[in-house]
Amino acid sequence: MTTTPQAVRRPSPRPRRRAAPPDPARALLPAAEPVRMLDEDGHRLPEQPDQPEPDAGMLREMYRRMVIGRRFDTQATALTKQGRLAVYPSARGQEACQVGAVLALRDNDWVFPTYRESMALVSRGIDPVEVLTLLRGDWHCGYDPGARRTAPQCTPLATQTIHAAGLAYGEARQGRDTVALAFIGDGATSEGDFHEGVNFAAVFRAPVVFFVQNNRYAISVPLSRQTAAPALAYKGIGYGVPSEQVDGNDPLAVLAVLGRAVAHARAGNGPYLVEAHTYRMEPHTNADDAGRYRDDAEVEAWTGRDPIARLETYLRAGGVLDDAAVAGIAAEAEALAADLRTRMQAEPQVHPLSLFDHVFAEPTSQLREQREMVRAELAAEEEA
Amino acid sequence: MAPTTMARALNAALGDALAADERVLVFGEDVGKLGGVFRITDGLQDRFGDQRCFDTPLAESGIVGFALGMAMSGLRPVVEMQFDAFAYPAFEQIASHVAKLRNRTRGALSVPMVIRIPYAGGIGGVEHHCDSSEGYYAHTPGLKVVTPATVADAYSLLRTAIDDPDPVIFMEPKKLYFAAEEVTLPTATEPFGRAAVRRPGRDATLVAYGPAVPVALAAARAAEEAGWDLEVVDCRSIVPFDDETVTASVRRTGRCVVVSEAQGFAGVGAEIAARVQERCFHWLHAPVLRVSGLDIPYPAPMLEHTHLPGVDRILDAVERLQWDDQPDRRWLTQGSAA
Repeated sequence: MTTTPQAVRRPSPRPRRRAAPPDPARALLPAAEPVRMLDEDGHRLPEQPDQPEPDAGMLREMYRRMVIGRRFDTQATALTKQGRLAVYPSARGQEACQVGAVLALRDNDWVFPTYRESMALVSRGIDPVEVLTLLRGDWHCGYDPGARRTAPQCTPLATQTIHAAGLAYGEARQGRDTVALAFIGDGATSEGDFHEGVNFAAVFRAPVVFFVQNNRYAISVPLSRQTAAPALAYKGIGYGVPSEQVDGNDPLAVLAVLGRAVAHARAGNGPYLVEAHTYRMEPHTNADDAGRYRDDAEVEAWTGRDPIARLETYLRAGGVLDDAAVAGIAAEAEALAADLRTRMQAEPQVHPLSLFDHVFAEPTSQLREQREMVRAELAAEEEA
Repeated sequence: MAPTTMARALNAALGDALAADERVLVFGEDVGKLGGVFRITDGLQDRFGDQRCFDTPLAESGIVGFALGMAMSGLRPVVEMQFDAFAYPAFEQIASHVAKLRNRTRGALSVPMVIRIPYAGGIGGVEHHCDSSEGYYAHTPGLKVVTPATVADAYSLLRTAIDDPDPVIFMEPKKLYFAAEEVTLPTATEPFGRAAVRRPGRDATLVAYGPAVPVALAAARAAEEAGWDLEVVDCRSIVPFDDETVTASVRRTGRCVVVSEAQGFAGVGAEIAARVQERCFHWLHAPVLRVSGLDIPYPAPMLEHTHLPGVDRILDAVERLQWDDQPDRRWLTQGSAA
């Protein structure tokens, strides 16, 4: 092969300077710091152009629901001491998350709660007695999940994240614009089902918001034993799911971030993962002893970030709330607690034969036999 | 009538269900383009599109949980677990949610869903591919558990399962997938909860289900030479269980051997034996015996023939049914001292 001198001398094309292509992964990453709109005392932080101010009426309603939610929560804990509830897992301190998630959704959206979401369910308008049925022990789920668009409170950790993905995908397939929001805690992000749920939602572009309330403890085990990730919000990127982290005790920020997440899902862009940094002020349940694994100073520090106090300060400063309004809301909360106390004094009536009612649509012959045995036992007891 | 196989009958049942009801969806691992590792979903994606028959991420818990959510939205998912042992990751979803949702919600929600599981051995499969896992599901209240042993039942039971308002664990004996029978599809056999007498006989009843049914039938044919006329009952559906047919048969014959491929201890075969003696004690001429797989982890392929209940082991059991009214305690070395 010969080459001409000209060819040899031909100058090579000058390398063109090209901008590096945008890294699609970056869009999936959460902000390095949790989104915040209020400081710890409830003063508005400097405006951020991408954080539009939530509507004042909405924030006032959020305050109202948070106050009622906390009063409900306190009442439920008291009911355990009176033996009216078998157990109660409190969400005290997480009011901004519990109420913010509900306010971010429409009534026909679906919620997939865990056992710690009693406050959110009350905020959704479900009768508090029906919410507490599970914990009172007369049945597993006291409300009609189909009518309330709220799945039964889920005890097996993270399993509900996949249900949310499946329901959201099923709804979308049938032409409905439903969004499903799955609550999950920090500990449950270690369960395999969390990862399968987020992955399925992503692959099928299901309109789901995965809402992680990172309250720092899985019963007694701190977050450092759950993950080595910089934050739980970073778990989205591996599945191609955009994520955000937010100060979970900042009601404005919670509402803004969840609003964005829901809008993202409803617009057909697939799932969204939100991590809210918050704190479980009470023990895991009334049966737990938090003094064995965390110190008072830590709890004290979080008391200073109380979401209700922050929102109240902010709303008073803006003239949205005054003493009369605060007193009115407090009275409303007291009335709910008093009504709950009264109604929970009644002994629930559950007939033993109802045990056989909903195992299958039609009982098997084996269940009919067992039902007959129990019926005979009951009849004998009545005669005795 | 042309010969067809259980695999083709199952494929036809899925296709006909997809055609009959647009809420029906078929999904799982490799069920789309490939048509499933056993080809049970062969051609369904071509016929119905990738919105009706589709592949999922490789995650069984996810598949079952996703299907449950879809059922809550009004759809009727039919999912495939690739092999028996690969369904174990889904067990929490099945036991804690699929089986319980109707009960937890007092009937407000239901889970009309089918989980198809190729199960049991006899195909020379390497480990984790041959488990008899029906006992786990049968022991979980809220699940129906059915298993066809014939081509006609494969079609009919699967259509019934898809139409059922409750979750159905549909156990497919993989060693019977490609056995051919002269059957014209579609078929309409007895509903769930009805056992079938596959062979009438006077002397003793062999109760079997799934992969053990052809073995029991072969044993009954072989027993003719020894002068025994054996009846073979195919349970078809484990939950609900047909006590009536089984009881009537054993009361007629007075002797019973329960044959199951699964390991015997605390299994479905043990349950059947207990039910038979509870109902037939005064009609029995001998204890109810069980012939089952051994209580060992499923063996490597070269040893599976020793593990699987075969004709000889069944005939040995029949021989021990006290034909001369003398107790026969062979093999019962512990706790049998007179």
